[in-house]
Amino acid sequence: MKIKTEQQAAGKLSNDINLILHDYDGTMKFMEVCGTHTMAIHSSGVKSLLNKKISLVSGPGCPVCVTEKLFIDQAMFLAEQLGVCLITFGDLIRVPGSNGSLADLRSRGGLVKVVYSPMDSIEIALELAPQPVVFLGIGFETTIPTVAVTVKTAFERKVGNLFILPAFKTIHEPLKILASNKDLTGFLLPGHVSAIIGVDSYSYLADDFKKPGVVAGFDGLDILYALRSLVKMTVSGKPGIENNYKTVVRSEGNIFARKLIDEVFEPADTSWRGLGLIKGSGLAFKAPYDTFDALKRFPMQLPDAPDDPRCKCALILTGTLTPNQCGLFGRECVPENPVGPCMVSSEGTCAAYYKYGGT
Amino acid sequence: MCLAIPMKLVEITGPGVGKVDAGGVRTDVSLAMAPNAVIDDYLIIHAGFAIEVLDKEEAMIRLDLFKELAEATRDEVPD
Ligand code: SF4
Repeated sequence: MKIKTEQQAAGKLSNDINLILHDYDGTMKFMEVCGTHTMAIHSSGVKSLLNKKISLVSGPGCPVCVTEKLFIDQAMFLAEQLGVCLITFGDLIRVPGSNGSLADLRSRGGLVKVVYSPMDSIEIALELAPQPVVFLGIGFETTIPTVAVTVKTAFERKVGNLFILPAFKTIHEPLKILASNKDLTGFLLPGHVSAIIGVDSYSYLADDFKKPGVVAGFDGLDILYALRSLVKMTVSGKPGIENNYKTVVRSEGNIFARKLIDEVFEPADTSWRGLGLIKGSGLAFKAPYDTFDALKRFPMQLPDAPDDPRCKCALILTGTLTPNQCGLFGRECVPENPVGPCMVSSEGTCAAYYKYGGT
Repeated sequence: MCLAIPMKLVEITGPGVGKVDAGGVRTDVSLAMAPNAVIDDYLIIHAGFAIEVLDKEEAMIRLDLFKELAEATRDEVPD
């Protein structure tokens, strides 16, 4: 599409929103659950086109941001005390733990390898055998099946020195907690997580919490279009779940992917930065794949790892605060020298505000 | 981290694996989550895996929709 056409379409959508809101007295606060949307909202300039009655807040959908500090400490312990080779997605590499980041570990001589696909861990493990290698397992439903396939493949190929440190997260349980927050009017639902779990799986938002949700693509126009639907549903008092990303997302999701997840994992309780322990919001290994669990293979007793009390990531991840309400933002905490994970991840809210000067 | 990009499937190299065209470079992808993909399909790629097949018809509907919206503005506000 030509830029001019895009601008015109965006103008029309933002006008429509203004018209719908003309006689509406209240304000609306929508949460974009997914970190990739956070980035898209800021980079596309959607915020500047939005009616002042609408505010957008970021949610917990940035895997790096919701992963607790203890996880980094565990990884560091495995590498420094037990001599394992760590394998990770690049996103985690600069997240500060209690004793520095994985990047620091690497500069101290620790073995840390960055991969694009979890499948790459298998070749690394085979190459380094018998040295244990540990893949740092973070991610949501989009990423989890890729790890499930990796585990199944390693099992079939009898790779005995590959382990996974699990911190996987699933979106429904935290979303239910957020949906009960009266301040939030509705949800811009994730695109690629929804490709796996399907649009139908969100019905509770409208049925039980009476809040609208729209699955959206990642262009500025897709996001504006989804916001128009959210505003319409809110004003009419008829909350529903809509799919505005039909090019990729099906009502029923991807059943092949979900079957892969179910073969290897089962629901478990897990802790989220900002939300605490949430029942059934994580995943644990099922037999016979539990031999891949790094926590079982290398039991660790590490002290609690509290966040820097001045860092407001936890409140930002739940839509309570925006980054400029944190005293460290842009001063002590900048992308080159991040204090909290929300400034590290390229899709973290603080990083997005810093890069695009958000308000 | 859930970033995923459409790429065209150009070759099926074995059971559950294929190659996509990534800007002129052929890259391996797993088709474990998209076992019904066929050559010339656009796949949504995340971490070396096709997580879904792009629906071409829906992609056209989306483009048409945004064109219609743009035209509606042209009617409302003259250039
Ligand atoms: S600006 Fe830095 S310290 Fe403040 S909340 Fe964001 S990540 Fe934490």
